[in-house]
Amino acid sequence: MLDPVILSLKVALVAVALVFAVGLAVSRAMARGDFPGKNVLESLIILPMVLPPTVLGYGLLILLGKRGPVGGFLLEAFDFQLIFTWWAAVIASAVVSFPLMYQSAKAAFAGVDVSLEQAARTLGAGELRIFLTVTLPLAWPGILAGLVLSFARALGEFGATLMVAGNIPGKTQTIPLAIYFAVESGETAAARNLVLIITLLSFAVVFWLNWWSRHKLQVWKKERVSRAEGGNS
Amino acid sequence: MLKAEIHKQYPGITIDVAFEFERGILVLFGPSGSGKTTILDCIAGLQQPDAGCISLNGKSFYSSADRIAVPARKRRIGYVFQHYALFPHLTVKENTMYGIPKHCKGGKGYRIGALDVLEMLKIVHLQDRYPSQLSGGEKQRVALARALMVEPELLLLDEPLSALDHVNRKNLQAELKQLQRIWMIPFVLVTHSRREMQRLADEIIFLDKGKKSLSVFPALRRQSIELSV
Repeated sequence: MLDPVILSLKVALVAVALVFAVGLAVSRAMARGDFPGKNVLESLIILPMVLPPTVLGYGLLILLGKRGPVGGFLLEAFDFQLIFTWWAAVIASAVVSFPLMYQSAKAAFAGVDVSLEQAARTLGAGELRIFLTVTLPLAWPGILAGLVLSFARALGEFGATLMVAGNIPGKTQTIPLAIYFAVESGETAAARNLVLIITLLSFAVVFWLNWWSRHKLQVWKKERVSRAEGGNS
Repeated sequence: MLKAEIHKQYPGITIDVAFEFERGILVLFGPSGSGKTTILDCIAGLQQPDAGCISLNGKSFYSSADRIAVPARKRRIGYVFQHYALFPHLTVKENTMYGIPKHCKGGKGYRIGALDVLEMLKIVHLQDRYPSQLSGGEKQRVALARALMVEPELLLLDEPLSALDHVNRKNLQAELKQLQRIWMIPFVLVTHSRREMQRLADEIIFLDKGKKSLSVFPALRRQSIELSV
């Protein structure tokens, strides 16, 4: 019963970590830069959000399978079979949740006033320091929203995961897969428990992150609100 | 001594100015769209001219002929932005300390301590507040303190008083003048207000559609040099 829960959390956390790192770099570059082909690239990034998961699963199978370019290389060079392992589930989850992270983070970066970065430059700060001390903290609420959404999406990934990782209990069987096969084989009680667990889990994550962002991260916004209220009374 | 020769082309406007400036307050005066802010940005290193050269006290910051373009962070030019550009997530103290390199914190190697700057600008009591809790005049003082804290060799001010009410503007005008005399570095100030220009300028460049139309050295200048000696 607990196997799918632990596996799901593991897969979603690793997927979100990947999405966070890649998503920040890509969205930061896309928010400010302008180059030929940007629209095409952006459409490709968003595509996994609108395509049926089975299409993604098919694409990933071609790419990661034993005879695929990536899967074949890993098998030959490292004797590592990616397909039907929990790593394949991580990749499927990362691909479907990436657009959510990308869109939130890109909007958040674009919303940071350029003159603040300029001011930091005239004060002698290098680009990395500017990113860490100005851009990232100011964009953080939006990035956090992206993290919450991608985590929830990664946790609920079903179609592509089934195609590339299969349904191997204890190995690749995440909660959504376990629910589906429990229902199919008539184990209603097991399905109901898993449904309860994933619903509570998702709710708790969203609730906690919302609360956290409101109370811990935006001190300066809170101060402004309290001041405005004080000024009115 | 600031020497600048800036050519920059935009759709609709071509900026083409050359000037030298030694001390006091130089006012760039002109209507909006005459290229004033672009000139400040080029001096600060936030934009590059298409051609020309910029140097300060003998150090070359930009030269199209020698292919030199020193990045903004290495120029030590203070810049007070039109809308102050204070970091909203940092307190007044953290804002003003932002430009001080880590190894210099504690005042070593710096002419003037952080507290002195805050005191001079009368914002010591505000140091734990966030920018959103400040009035326009207070924000302006914080922006000035932040820019001066890095001990710049030149201070640029983009419409520093335009967002203030009448009383604040009058006070700050006088203080700016005083600050320049204390700090002894040249100020380059952009404005479109004739009155501000008359009160502050030691030297004036009139800009029209990106071109220098006139340079003026008001009588004030002689007086100001006597004051600063």
